Amino acid sequence: MSLDYVKFTPGFGKFMPKEYRDMVDFGPFGKKTSVSQVGTFKEILEEHPMCAGCAMTLFIRLAMIAFPNPEDTITVGTAGCGRLAISQAAIPFVYGNYGDQNGVASGLARGLKLRFGDKPKDVVVMAGDGGMADIGFAQTLHSWFRKEKFTTIMLDNEVYGNTGGQESGMTNKGQVLKMAPLGKKFEKMDMLGMAKVAGCAYVATVVPNNPRRVESVIKKAVLIAREVGPTYIQAYTSCNIEYAIPTEKVLEDCNVVENDRYKFSEYISDEAKEALAHLYGYKEYLPKPAKAIE
Amino acid sequence: MSDSLESEVKTNPQGDPITSAAPAPATATKVGRKDPHAEAKKQKIVTPEYMFSEAPREREFITGSECAKEAVRRSNVDMSIAYPITPQSETLQLIGVLYGEGYVKEFYRGEEEYGVMSAMAGGSRAGVRCFTATAGPGTLRGLEPIASWPGHRLPLVAMFTCRVVNAPLAIQPDNIEIAYLLNCGMIVFHAENQQDLFDYIMKAFIISEMNDVTLPVGVCCDGFFVTHARGYCAMQDKGLKLPAREAWRGAVPVLDAENPPARLSRDAPVQKSNFMAYNIHAVWQQEVWAAVERSRKYIDLYMDGLLEAQNVEDADVLLIASGSMAGQCREAIRMCTEKGIKAGLIKIRSLRPFPTKELRKLCAKAKLIVVPEFNYVGWLAKDVATAIYGYSKAKIVAGPHVYGGMSMPVEMIYDEIECGLTGKKSATVPSSAIMGTVDPDEVAHFMQNI
Repeated sequence: MSLDYVKFTPGFGKFMPKEYRDMVDFGPFGKKTSVSQVGTFKEILEEHPMCAGCAMTLFIRLAMIAFPNPEDTITVGTAGCGRLAISQAAIPFVYGNYGDQNGVASGLARGLKLRFGDKPKDVVVMAGDGGMADIGFAQTLHSWFRKEKFTTIMLDNEVYGNTGGQESGMTNKGQVLKMAPLGKKFEKMDMLGMAKVAGCAYVATVVPNNPRRVESVIKKAVLIAREVGPTYIQAYTSCNIEYAIPTEKVLEDCNVVENDRYKFSEYISDEAKEALAHLYGYKEYLPKPAKAIE
Repeated sequence: MSDSLESEVKTNPQGDPITSAAPAPATATKVGRKDPHAEAKKQKIVTPEYMFSEAPREREFITGSECAKEAVRRSNVDMSIAYPITPQSETLQLIGVLYGEGYVKEFYRGEEEYGVMSAMAGGSRAGVRCFTATAGPGTLRGLEPIASWPGHRLPLVAMFTCRVVNAPLAIQPDNIEIAYLLNCGMIVFHAENQQDLFDYIMKAFIISEMNDVTLPVGVCCDGFFVTHARGYCAMQDKGLKLPAREAWRGAVPVLDAENPPARLSRDAPVQKSNFMAYNIHAVWQQEVWAAVERSRKYIDLYMDGLLEAQNVEDADVLLIASGSMAGQCREAIRMCTEKGIKAGLIKIRSLRPFPTKELRKLCAKAKLIVVPEFNYVGWLAKDVATAIYGYSKAKIVAGPHVYGGMSMPVEMIYDEIECGLTGKKSATVPSSAIMGTVDPDEVAHFMQNI
């Protein structure tokens, strides 16, 4: 059924814009696509109004390629730069109110479960550090404690980019930004720690300069959320405007930050490992056979 | 207590929530275990027309919270999200009982009202029928998502059991919060008593989901007076329920990746970017309020009109009220009759849409209109004055008001009628809140001050 909604009513195809026809003919719906095939298929996010050199856009693009069932995926976001790109993608996107994304996703995921049962309907929240760690903090944490079955992805640019560069809870201590004229006075919030405490089944950090890794963590996070419980990915998606990173140095900055405070980390609960191994063929999570006694 | 005094059947005696407890741990054999959802599974779907007009009813003496529960039981509700606040808490804990019994399919206690109202939006977008309730400070805490429901064209029903919102903190009935709800673009009903609450909630689901409406409905009642007091409520058999929500019916598609076009934010086109054209937002707002207008025919059909008029023929004095205040007005009219004053009552059921045309007709010949309210600001009087300005020569008294949880003494209403008719200065309503017919300056002053 889902695939039908992206197709044309018979006879109308030739009247549709080329962009739409390409999406139906060469898009990722109903196929398995990978970041290694970029350029050979039509991506669900191409045109967008983001700044030149924006690492967040690269990350969102990679994340969308990685969605295991894009035709059955609904994204939820809030105010911030990210949604300017996410809303241009060829899959449903909910943009509600300030910081409401994890609340909306809770109702949405439960409602879809009521209507479609075990048929996969993946809900993926993508919101910024301010939307998630500041204004949407309570709803984010509570959705995790309630074990809501959807994926939460933080687009962490360590600043309120869309409003023009103000300090957020995820800004590093000492950083001078608007609303932090003397430098931020407290540490970057440990949302990864909180995700684990709150019971997320999968928690990972990632930077966008490693597309295969982005693909791997997104796929796992979405599949685990579908089967087990809440998952959290924290992605460093620098703001080259507010942090004055020259466009050509954006990926270099990603490397520097990766080596500093964004080292790749991944936590998978035992239940999540089992689900990946048995339902989706992740052999690396199969229980290791006991060693033969020598 | 004798049997004759306790002859009323109570469908929801206090303490009933035990039925929502998890089933007892499985013993050796499952034989003889009662299915907690057995009764719910037997419910029969009937048309709204049959449910509202034809189905036989039995009268019971129950609280407003219990009426809300019974309405939800018969409304085929898929999901309800709860958060406690006095005087609403009992309502949603009773909906929790319905969840235990299988009448409501999904239920949880949310983190706070902003989260609850956001999740209601998510549920409605998923295409399921949703119900929640809150009160006073909870309404204001949830107001940002509530005010966005109409723009997102989300059919759902929220009940508001009105209470004080402003400092100093109090939990008493005061319906100031309705003033905030009136301008959201949602449909707003105001129930007078337990029976109204029961009927309005059920009808709200049907009206909310009409294709040319596709809007949320707020069903308000005055806290405690309705929620905690018992009253007679005539209800259909609990084995009946309304048809389920049909997700594909809405004016704006649900976001289930099944119904095209599914990209509300991109195709609609609302919130396309920060630089969205103002005219796009303008037409979207116009369409929301046009949908409010289109709901009139369904309110007429299912609720017997946006207002209810009593004794208005040849009346010199009209009392206009909504909610529980209508009851006090009936008593004031009885006093008027005793003293030979011809007084009538207009009870407004629907505040949005507002019965403008009906009021213009009914108020044309009145000499005096008195609008008593359970709040300081007089939101109803403002709407009445705006609606009938130029259509009636009546002197309009924006008052008397009680607030902060006081009940309205009938004598206070009667005093205003007497002052209004005789020209005697009112002790409780300031002259700035009275629109006379003599001095245009006075009228202008009044319009500026209400």
